[in-house]
Amino acid sequence: MDVIQMQRTWVEYTKSLYREGFLDSQFAQLQLLQDESNPDFVVEVVSLFFEDSERLLNELTKVIDQQQGVDFKKVDAHVHQLKGSSSSIGAQRVKNACVAFRSFCDEQNIEGSLRCLHQVKQEYFLVKNKLENLFSLERKIVAAGGSVPTEELNFL
Amino acid sequence: MESCNCIEPQLPPDELLSKYQYISDFFIALAYFSIPLELIYFVKKSAVFPYRWVLVQFGAFIVLCGATHLINLWTFTIHSRTVAIVMTTAKILTAVVSCATALMLVHIIPDLLSVKTRELFLKNKAAELDREMGLIRTQEETGRHVRMLTHEIRSTLDRHTILKTTLVELGRTLSLEECALWMPTRTGLELQLAYTLRQQNPVGYTVPIHLPVINQVFSSNRAVKISPNSPVARLRPLAGKYPGEVVAVRVPLLHLSNFQINDWPELSTKRYALMVLMLPSDSARQWHTYELELVEVVADQVAVALSHAAILEESMRARDLLMEQNVALDLARREAETAIRARNDFLAVMNHEMRTPMHAIIALSSLLQETELTPEQRLMVETILKSSNLLATLINDVLDLSRLEDGSLQLDLGSFNLHSAFREVINLIRPIASVKKLVVTLHLAPDLPEYASGDEKRLMQTLLNVVGNAVKFSKEGSISITAFVAKAESLRDPRAPDFFPVPSDNHFFLRVQVKDTGSGINPQDYPKLFTKFAQSQSLPTKNSGGSGLGLAICKRFVNLMDGHIWLESEGLGKGCTAIFMVKLGVTECCTESKLPAATNASMNHAQTAFPGLKVMVMDDNGVSRMVTKGLLVHLGCNVTTVSSGDECLRLISQDHHVVFIDVCMYDGYEVALRVHEKLTKRHERPLTVALTANSDKATKDHCRRVGVNGVVLKPVSVDKMRSVLSDLLEHRNLV
Repeated sequence: MDVIQMQRTWVEYTKSLYREGFLDSQFAQLQLLQDESNPDFVVEVVSLFFEDSERLLNELTKVIDQQQGVDFKKVDAHVHQLKGSSSSIGAQRVKNACVAFRSFCDEQNIEGSLRCLHQVKQEYFLVKNKLENLFSLERKIVAAGGSVPTEELNFL
Repeated sequence: MESCNCIEPQLPPDELLSKYQYISDFFIALAYFSIPLELIYFVKKSAVFPYRWVLVQFGAFIVLCGATHLINLWTFTIHSRTVAIVMTTAKILTAVVSCATALMLVHIIPDLLSVKTRELFLKNKAAELDREMGLIRTQEETGRHVRMLTHEIRSTLDRHTILKTTLVELGRTLSLEECALWMPTRTGLELQLAYTLRQQNPVGYTVPIHLPVINQVFSSNRAVKISPNSPVARLRPLAGKYPGEVVAVRVPLLHLSNFQINDWPELSTKRYALMVLMLPSDSARQWHTYELELVEVVADQVAVALSHAAILEESMRARDLLMEQNVALDLARREAETAIRARNDFLAVMNHEMRTPMHAIIALSSLLQETELTPEQRLMVETILKSSNLLATLINDVLDLSRLEDGSLQLDLGSFNLHSAFREVINLIRPIASVKKLVVTLHLAPDLPEYASGDEKRLMQTLLNVVGNAVKFSKEGSISITAFVAKAESLRDPRAPDFFPVPSDNHFFLRVQVKDTGSGINPQDYPKLFTKFAQSQSLPTKNSGGSGLGLAICKRFVNLMDGHIWLESEGLGKGCTAIFMVKLGVTECCTESKLPAATNASMNHAQTAFPGLKVMVMDDNGVSRMVTKGLLVHLGCNVTTVSSGDECLRLISQDHHVVFIDVCMYDGYEVALRVHEKLTKRHERPLTVALTANSDKATKDHCRRVGVNGVVLKPVSVDKMRSVLSDLLEHRNLV
């Protein structure tokens, strides 16, 4: 594939991510912050997000699976963290799932919390997949000598 | 025996006489001796006889007389001298005693007679006392009956029981054949048979109230004997030949209103019931006085008992009503609370949901501005940005309805270009107007100052709303907008009698009139125009969308600007003129408009707006921290990041210009407070800014309490961060 085509694919892919609600304006802000002095800003932030989220999701699974009774305070704290991270990078669907999760935590509803946990995990893995695809595309573009066309995101 | 010329007694004829004399003397002596014996015997028996001495004397007298006669027995024949002496002595003694007794009796007999008189007198007295005792006893019995009756009557507070008990008890006490109670009907013109003693269910007998016999009974408070043939007494078929006597008495029915605090019940407004009592027929019984008195007393007691019962009924009814009202009020309160909670929940959710797309629009449009655009594109983007800023403000205002309600909304005062504000509004509305083929004209008075100080955004919002309404409700024709400085005479408006504008030196009143040729206003709808959410039902336009908040919000803003807004219309189809007046400050300087579009244009190329600004970021979320740091670095700041409160307090110092604190952290507020107390209070730096994802009032209050200089909503865009920093550095506070 040549660079123009790859760039166009990248633009379409990014647009679709916004359209489908995986990402929101915050992600765009992150992309803004990436410049010559900070070329890998977005990738760094997103990787940190992946690490953080996976850790949190594991913790959550452990806490909720407790037989002796679920410590909802802990669950709430973890979900709060996850919500903060996802909203900071603009992972909108993950963040929304976290919001729902928190309300079940307030009600101390184990069933609902389990369901939400599954949902959050699902969303997370989805967005992770998408972002990894996006980044690999970006790497390919750069490797082929082009530049990532962030300026073409004048829509929404 | 010389003198014995005794003639030979003619014995046979004198002998008979002597014999009889002899016998009589004997019997006299006997009697004379036995009488004192009898006297003594009986006196001894009696013991109360006071005159013993007299008796003794009498006795002596009688004894001596007896002795005399006894001795006489011996003198019939030839007797000796001794007998003669004895006889003489006896006679002398007798004479003495009898004279003494005679003298004594003169004294004694009046005494004896007076004793007798006293005896008679006492007997009379005793008979009188007996009579009186009888009377008292009857009275006491009457009293007892009355007390018992009263007790029975007053032991219940139920009206029917009272009346029935009265009749029963009276019937029993007085052994009546029949006892009946006639109550006045509601109309007051008839008496209806309400209760009887013997008959179980009195049928609706009525009797007109103005019969003479009834008037007679009602006019006196005594029990009155009436004829058994009068209509009130003819209750049952005659049981015997001679109907018993009938008595009737009035029973006053007292109403609550009769009892004034300081008055006694008025006699003129009384209603009475009639109680009729019948003695058994054929019994020859008559009504005694005490029985009548009993009846009267009972009638009065019944009246009192009835009024008590009425008062009780009244108060129970009032209490029941109050309870019902309480329940209803409670329900209403709970419903209101639920409604308020629902509204708050709704607002809280919509708050967030509405802001997100707005942020996206604003952020991306401002991003767009910083790219390469053709002039037309740039104009379009600027219009988009201006509209979305206005929209964002509108959303903020609508969603902060509570702030508007409790008047805590404050105007953003600043200097701005008045003329260009008008022109911008026109430009915004012109496209829509031209689609509807409406001609929009703007006329600014020549003496209208070019610059003014006030809340530009809200003035423009008001203007836009008013003009927008004009456009909305006009299908054709023209919209003309005039703005001028209001003069003193035109300041008072007859429609707004409580509006007293007071012009002063640094202020002037801007008067704006927006006239349209549209559908006008129905005079009936006028009061609801400025009411929230109330829309006129007679709108012909189908797509008159909108929440109905527009004019209500405008009115609030105009009031905040010490002004007044009203609409005038001559009726449906005759167009409408909206007029408002607001107070603006006179200003000389011409600072740039605060609208983000203009400021952004100047800041467009400044990538490093804050070189060397030392900033600390405290956030326990790694990703957040990194993003915020990236933002600040992009703006040229020198950023230190910390992830815990302790670290923050350890490293913070006066060298830092600004510190961003995530207050959603566990000890976020505490750290903010400590920083404020330790450093910001006494020195100029650092300025504290709270980062939070919640925009609700509680968070804002908490932040204010700990003393931060500003609050910023996460997530932050580049522009927002830029404006936050510039505001902070300029004003030391975020507006």
